[in-house]
Amino acid sequence: MGHRFFTPVLLVMLMASAIGLQALRERGGGLPAVPDSLLYVRSPAALQRMSLSYKSILADVYWIRAVQLYGDTKLGRTADRSYGLLYPLLELTTTLDPYFGVAYQFGALFLAESPPGGPGRPDLAIKLLQRGLEARPDDWQLYQAVGFVHYWSTQDYVAAADWFNRASRLPKAPTWMGALAAVTLAEGGNRKSSRLLWQQIQQSATDDWFRSEAERRLKQLDAMDQIDLLTRVVAAFTARYQRPPASWAELARAGFVRGAVLDPTGMPYRLEGSTVSLAPGSKLLPLPKEGGARP
Amino acid sequence: MSSVRTIGTVAANVFRESVRDKVLYNLVAFAVLLMAASYLIGQLTAGQDIKIIKDLGLAAIATFGLMIAVFIGIGLVWKEVERRSIYSLLSKPLSRAEFILGKYCGLGLTLTVNVAVMVVAWYGVLAYMGTTVPPDVRAAWAAPATDLGMLRAVGLILVELMLVTAIALFFSTFSSPFLSAGFTLGLWVVGHFNADLKNFEGVVDSRAAAWFAHGLYYVLPNFSAFDIKQQVVYAQAVPATYIATTALYGGVYIALLLTASVAVFSRRDFK
Repeated sequence: MGHRFFTPVLLVMLMASAIGLQALRERGGGLPAVPDSLLYVRSPAALQRMSLSYKSILADVYWIRAVQLYGDTKLGRTADRSYGLLYPLLELTTTLDPYFGVAYQFGALFLAESPPGGPGRPDLAIKLLQRGLEARPDDWQLYQAVGFVHYWSTQDYVAAADWFNRASRLPKAPTWMGALAAVTLAEGGNRKSSRLLWQQIQQSATDDWFRSEAERRLKQLDAMDQIDLLTRVVAAFTARYQRPPASWAELARAGFVRGAVLDPTGMPYRLEGSTVSLAPGSKLLPLPKEGGARP
Repeated sequence: MSSVRTIGTVAANVFRESVRDKVLYNLVAFAVLLMAASYLIGQLTAGQDIKIIKDLGLAAIATFGLMIAVFIGIGLVWKEVERRSIYSLLSKPLSRAEFILGKYCGLGLTLTVNVAVMVVAWYGVLAYMGTTVPPDVRAAWAAPATDLGMLRAVGLILVELMLVTAIALFFSTFSSPFLSAGFTLGLWVVGHFNADLKNFEGVVDSRAAAWFAHGLYYVLPNFSAFDIKQQVVYAQAVPATYIATTALYGGVYIALLLTASVAVFSRRDFK
């Protein structure tokens, strides 16, 4: 009888000990972090050969690595904040699977994003998208993405309108693409046209990630409008009392604002002297640069 | 007719032995892999779950099949010789050709059952994942989650596995399991670099070396031709003539290897 229970009890005890030791080591802090910035194979051509008949699944692995690297670096989980491996990973992904549309679209968005949210490399974003256009010359979304990078990152609205226009001529392009090209050419950089751009993306996105990114961008535009309004309110207070307000509470007591002054994500705005800005921890940072015509 | 029945009996025995050896347990591993992946991938990637499950399923079917084809294929003849059961087998009304063909068909049957069950499980996971995606997202896909067009790639994977089995069986008729596994896997790897051999004249100056490489291109099995996984995942058109020619190429190569296997095995002296 005793023998029958001895082995299961021993197994449970050993398992419990292993779990306990694991938890104990975790509590001790573990080993110091080693920068994880190593890519064993950098040559897309070499990797393509070595992958035999596993190109697609290997492309997925590299895509997951690119997403993880972008996310970890953005959230500050890595020692290296340079996003240095992002383009090589995306290049490997799209060499192994040249039809991987999302890798081009999201990859370009990641690469073009300004620091600290991204590497701020619109040149690499466009290079990646050009590679995509070689493999998928009829994909209107890639043309739209190139226009997008020109619109947001290089603020070249003529080039952006040209790419939107090219996208509009492709067979499966949505009807609003032509209007977007016209608005961009006429009012590029204008918040109204930016809002139109993101609203169209939000409505047409076939991916949750893209849709939530469009929502974040629309919230950024709302925040920019609110900051402009709050700056005018602070200026009015300063004009009346000959000094800037010390806090939002003081502004509220004077009847200039009502209730909490929160950004679209629910974080309070920062007030320093006469300057209104997003709080350092806001998910809407960094706000996009503005150029061209003003609203 | 009696020859076909004899081959069928040997094949059925190989299949039964594979089941007894718990070869079909790999199906459990496949199912667990797919289910775990379908849950985890959604957390790890920005969308693309369906594409990755399609890629993963096809890669896993090819890999599990390759392992079975190589590691069981190399033991088909060797095990009978090692156990000395070959003496009692060959004393029965069973020719050496029937023995080899029966062994091959048995493993072919095991592989086919394996692939069929894996495909059903894979489509099941894809169907489930398809239901979790909103209709507007589904409408933007190039092909539905359970696109039957992917079966074209599965078909060519099966032909490829049959070819690998024929290679493993061929080596096992005269070599040890260790060497047979090395030769088979080596040939499978080399078979994926075939296209490079064709264009060797661009790399070397020697005309003789270029001609030799060109010759090898035609002689060695071209495994890269069986790989249309990427095309079917993106629902691209793969001409029916391409699939038919490739399947026929595989069939002819298998016939060549089985003939060579029978020829070698017939000359072996078991006294």
